Amino acid sequence: MSQVNRLSGGQIDTGQTLQFKFDGKSFTGHTGDTLASALLANGVRLMGRSFKYHRPRGALTAGSEEPNALVELRSGARQEPNTRATTTELFDGLLANSQNKLGSLKFDLLSINDRFSNFLSAGFYYKTFMWPAAFWEKVYEPIIRNAAGLGSLSLQDDPDVYDKGFLHCDLLIIGAGPAGLAAALTAGRAGADVILADEDFRMGGRLNSETFALGDHSGADWADATVAELAALPNVRLMARTTVIGAFDHGIYGAVERVSDHLPTPEANKPRQILWRIYTKRTVLAAGAIERPIAFENNDRPGIMLGSALRTYANRFAVAADKRVAIFTNNDDGHRTAADLHARGVKIAAVVDVRPDAPRSTDYEVLHGEVVNTKGRLGLTFAEVRLGDGSTRTLECGALGMSGGWNPNVHMTCHQRGRPTWNNDIAAFVPGGELPPGMSVAGAANGDLSTAGALTGGVAATTAALKELGFKTKKHTLPQTEDAPVNLTPYWYVEGCKRAWLDQQNDVTVKDVQLSHQEGFRSVEHLKRYTTLGMATDQGKTSNMGGLAIMAELAGKTIPEVGTTIFRPPYTPTAIGVLAGRHTGQDFHPKRLTPSHKWATEQGAVFVEVGNWLRAQWFPRAGETTWRQSVDREVLATRKSVGVCDVTTLGKIDVQGADAAAFLNKVYCNGFAKLAVGKTRYGLMLREDGIAMDDGTAGRLAEDHFVVTTTTANALPVYRHMEFVRQCLFPDMDVQLISTTEAWAQYAVAGPNSRKLLEKIVDQDISNDAFPFMACMNTTVCGGLRARLFRISFSGELAYEIAVPTAYGDALMRKIIEAGAEFDVTPYGTEALGVMRIEKGHAAGNELNGTTTALNLGMGRMVSKAKDSIGSKLSEREGLNTADALAQVGIKPIDPNDPVPAGAHLMKADGPVDAAHDQGYATSACFSPNLGHAIAIGFLKDGANRMGEKMRLVSPLTGVDVNVEIVSAHFIDPEGERLRA
Amino acid sequence: MIIEHPLLGPRDSAEFTYMGDARLIDRPDASSETAARDFYEYGYLRENPAGWHDELWFHEAGDRSWLVVTRNTLTHEISKVEMARDVARSRGRSK
Amino acid sequence: MRYSGFKVIKEALTGHKGWKPAWRDPEPQAHYDIIIIGGGGHGLATAYYLAKEYKQKRIAVLEKGWIGGGNVGRNTTIIRSNYLLDGNEPFYEFSLKLWEGLEQDFNYNAMISQRGILNLIHSDAQRDAFVRRGNAMMLNGADAEMLTTEQIKKRYPFLNTEDARFPIKGGLAQHRGGTVRHDAVAWGYARGADSRGVDIIQNCEVTGFRIENGKCLGVETSRGFIGAGKVGCAVAGSSSRLMSKADMRLPMESHVLQAFVSEGLKPVLPGVITFGAGHFYCSQSDKGGLVFGGDLDGYNSYAQRGNLPVVEDVCEGGMAILPAIGRARLLRMWGGIMDMSMDGSPIIDRTHIDGLYFNGGWCYGGFKATPASGFCFAHLLAKDEPHPTATAYRFNRFEKGLMIDEKGMGNQPNLH
Repeated sequence: MSQVNRLSGGQIDTGQTLQFKFDGKSFTGHTGDTLASALLANGVRLMGRSFKYHRPRGALTAGSEEPNALVELRSGARQEPNTRATTTELFDGLLANSQNKLGSLKFDLLSINDRFSNFLSAGFYYKTFMWPAAFWEKVYEPIIRNAAGLGSLSLQDDPDVYDKGFLHCDLLIIGAGPAGLAAALTAGRAGADVILADEDFRMGGRLNSETFALGDHSGADWADATVAELAALPNVRLMARTTVIGAFDHGIYGAVERVSDHLPTPEANKPRQILWRIYTKRTVLAAGAIERPIAFENNDRPGIMLGSALRTYANRFAVAADKRVAIFTNNDDGHRTAADLHARGVKIAAVVDVRPDAPRSTDYEVLHGEVVNTKGRLGLTFAEVRLGDGSTRTLECGALGMSGGWNPNVHMTCHQRGRPTWNNDIAAFVPGGELPPGMSVAGAANGDLSTAGALTGGVAATTAALKELGFKTKKHTLPQTEDAPVNLTPYWYVEGCKRAWLDQQNDVTVKDVQLSHQEGFRSVEHLKRYTTLGMATDQGKTSNMGGLAIMAELAGKTIPEVGTTIFRPPYTPTAIGVLAGRHTGQDFHPKRLTPSHKWATEQGAVFVEVGNWLRAQWFPRAGETTWRQSVDREVLATRKSVGVCDVTTLGKIDVQGADAAAFLNKVYCNGFAKLAVGKTRYGLMLREDGIAMDDGTAGRLAEDHFVVTTTTANALPVYRHMEFVRQCLFPDMDVQLISTTEAWAQYAVAGPNSRKLLEKIVDQDISNDAFPFMACMNTTVCGGLRARLFRISFSGELAYEIAVPTAYGDALMRKIIEAGAEFDVTPYGTEALGVMRIEKGHAAGNELNGTTTALNLGMGRMVSKAKDSIGSKLSEREGLNTADALAQVGIKPIDPNDPVPAGAHLMKADGPVDAAHDQGYATSACFSPNLGHAIAIGFLKDGANRMGEKMRLVSPLTGVDVNVEIVSAHFIDPEGERLRA
Repeated sequence: MIIEHPLLGPRDSAEFTYMGDARLIDRPDASSETAARDFYEYGYLRENPAGWHDELWFHEAGDRSWLVVTRNTLTHEISKVEMARDVARSRGRSK
Repeated sequence: MRYSGFKVIKEALTGHKGWKPAWRDPEPQAHYDIIIIGGGGHGLATAYYLAKEYKQKRIAVLEKGWIGGGNVGRNTTIIRSNYLLDGNEPFYEFSLKLWEGLEQDFNYNAMISQRGILNLIHSDAQRDAFVRRGNAMMLNGADAEMLTTEQIKKRYPFLNTEDARFPIKGGLAQHRGGTVRHDAVAWGYARGADSRGVDIIQNCEVTGFRIENGKCLGVETSRGFIGAGKVGCAVAGSSSRLMSKADMRLPMESHVLQAFVSEGLKPVLPGVITFGAGHFYCSQSDKGGLVFGGDLDGYNSYAQRGNLPVVEDVCEGGMAILPAIGRARLLRMWGGIMDMSMDGSPIIDRTHIDGLYFNGGWCYGGFKATPASGFCFAHLLAKDEPHPTATAYRFNRFEKGLMIDEKGMGNQPNLH
């Protein structure tokens, strides 16, 4: 027997039959169905289990506000937990499984919790599980954790891709129901750039679910015709399957388009979803309203749903939730449901209306009274009614529609901390005064609950918004349609009920709210947090109002006095994948490659991430089995003959102008005014707080032209800082800055034979006399290619850095290797670079760690007292100049076989080893192939005066405790003779 | 957020790097007798208002201008955007 | 009323009639010995320890809204003591020790769960820094362990160890770190303080201080003047606003930090993970939601909400390290106002005004500090001298050059 509850008509294509499986059982449905409608058509009401008590649950709604009918959709790496069956478009081959159960959905072993519900009342866990103390992590929590959660992740990498994009428009219309469609027609015809977004796969909103006409058309036909007209307008972008998730600052909206979720798998080269950032000048929110349930005893059985959902299933999806349906209502809307279902041949058991003056019907029985309880373990079978005269009746029914009134969808109006206001006529919150700038609200979202009101509201809001933008709108006639007033008697819960559900997913009942009040958790935020009301995946869309109303009654306040919790984005839960977009895996961050990257790859280089750069770390050669072998070889070869290293990643900043020297005098703590043209100087840059920011060199290529280098890591911050100093502090200095990091490829050529090598490439005389230590010049190489040459050294050897325009970097590297063949030139990577700079005692990132001063770095005397430079004043503070201030030292093991690891702490040789006696720490360490043992540099209290002291270097974390000697950080060539050779 | 760049028109705030209080333009005179105290206050104390705030934004992924943006810290509304260089000059800074 | 499993059972069997309000709702008295401004975690903890440990009487906590409504109710619930610097580590270790006995101490199950925290390492320089930090922790008596990539893979098999742009090169673990049910901390302290006679007065906004001859005599509030012998301010992101009423400028800025929670999922993450090559941290709550966060939005804000670029940035970080969460859904995002100090470390100190004390500048590390912050502030208020673990948290450290800058970012609050 298939589709036993399928009716005729509706907006489904019965010509297209689709196969699907739920919990392993095969069913059929049709194109246009949701998973929930197809299951109901097949007589399946039980779709899930609740969070806490594991109560059997079916669909409560027919929309994205669904708390109950959550499934694990798809399988394998595409398994998607907590997916609402009510919004999942049916496709052929769809697989879904119920979740949050132990055993089968029908016999969930964890439903034992329901038997003990009295012990599991709101907040019970705050009061127990405290003894013995160690049992929380070991016993209680594992049990709770294993029971908690809803669906499961596959734990496999998401195989789909997600895109992101930007859209710009004059008017964003959120929601394509009657108000949104009327708004779009108005704006589209006026020529404005319009985006109309709707979360549903079929535009029309409630028009698809109702039976009344718009003019000569049915609601759904009018929606179809309107959508067709809009689709023909080039200035209108229709975005179905697109949920606007949040209203952010300055008219920026986030929206998620579900491009492929209605397909078994995304089509080739298509993303699963797209995150759109919509930049709009004005917004009309036409997000409709959500019907609210009524709380009564056992109102959570499968088959009990919102009255409007019954209508949607019947009218749109051609599904009767059951053959016998009862209605419980406090307003006329419930009667509409009964009339629609009756017209489609569904038996109405009765309409139970809390109002004594409820409208009568000749088609079905209308009872004045309340539903006080229900029966049916896995689905509704009976509803007990207490009549106005005190007598009771039992209604046999498999579905029951609850109609408690409608809540305008104010969610998005509150994303910028606006608060909704109360409207007594419809007993609901409506958008308040402080909307996000540029937003107006129309239709049911604004509290206009009739179709006619939605149409006129949509037109009016759009006309006003477009007028502000200078568009002229044309008057157009709206179709005649339903314009019924709201006849409603506020009614939230049945007197005396206890286990009457408010939040069906989190199992929050009326008595939990009562207990919350009793225990003093009376603020709306306390109520939410103590009971978890509204914290489930539906964020309380159907449950919060009932809780507020009950709290208001208990506290003797009005509902608006109690207020709402804060509405937060996203409007509906949003895949984390789409918020990340393409930035996954290797594409998490862009890769910056130097011009000689290809060459290095050819050499078999091992690369390392340095910020976004990839740098060659070392160049393994045949026979080398450990990285140390490669690095030691590179270091020794460089110090013996010549090595070459790609230093393109260093930041380079061109500084030009008449005041260039004066400017550098401000940004460096040491003096630059008197630097001769053709000379380079080491510069230490301080932050204004007197802490070292970065170091580098500045070469003076002309009277008004310097080239500044920065460390790789600080290229951007230093440039930003220099621009700040230039634009904000010294705006009239004649100086211009440009970052040229990407413009020049730069190579360090180091070692005793470096000059001989470069003499073969550089077109000018670079003898020691012509081009001494710290010289710099514009020159040419290879017979005319412009280049810059600096005689600077990080390794401590005779060394140069040579730069050519980026496009020639690869060629220059190959040329250097070719020219250096006779000297056995050795390419070296960042590891060897690091070893040589530690051997030489140069500070780098580990030493310039944002807390060290010039004094700490042994450069205290560099801070010029003769001038005011950035950081000079605050560097004078007493705390930065204590007698025992940290000073950079060298650390060498007494036993040459011992390690001296970075991050280890220095302790007095004979003192206690604890934090109170900490003397300093090693910052950078390496094995020195030249010395034949490990070395480190580090910071030691009063270090400059402790040379030769024997100390302990301890790293309890890595099990190191060795005896060391404090030495000069200049392990190699302390007099600097090699540099000047 | 969208920042109306005085030269470039509306730009997304994601293109900018934020530094904070525009009083950082008012760097004290290092030769003053109260320089130590002045620099401490300049470097460390902030009005931090709940409301309108003049603040420095750097158009890092753009034209590399420093801007002074007047923005409300309660609502994020922006009422004014100026070139920081112009502001600095108007506050008497030169060389 | 003492809470216990026995009590829960008894009440369940007798219709839950016996539960009393967790705290009273008293009218403010004309004068208190000590007034704490701010009914957040720190303020309530201060009142609790003042009453319990320092035997002070006549204490009130004034809260402008509902207690626990600030950062204690909107954080990512992480506790840890993995700090580097001398000024910090003993304090945070003291705090962690207080967490470890807290539930029994205040008779409230705050679900303190020491399932561990793991800081992932992605570069050699980061490893060096983490070795130094781990050693500093151990030298201060805290626990720390360096894990290899293989050990990490075993514990967290779904971390991206195959195709990572910034490969995992190890991690610094603190097994005693973990998470706490954040709201319960505020409620537990409130209940404990209330039961010791502290008046917790909600919906009472302080509008000014009454200061005469350099002495603070009490506070003006939305419910009238309330006199006090001493006034302690613990209002986190609202610090600058409040202290401006005493004509003070503070070394801090207020910034928005967003936080995020996913839909409930069956257990995936046993402990807390932090990604070291982007800004992302994540744990899984006992309800199953992935609770995660990242960077500040970066601009001064009191709006308690942020913007999309940081949302995207955080989710990118998440996908970079946990590529399996792509199909999990973000349920809710929110923002808190962080009292970002100039060196990233807090202040617990007297002000220059007699009788006026200040606690703030917690940046986004305030939650884990709650017990020690309360304890040390109570110590200061009761004894007029700093608690031994909080001697460095002075106002004058900036003028003296004694900053406690864990991240080395200097006087740029949004980078801490």
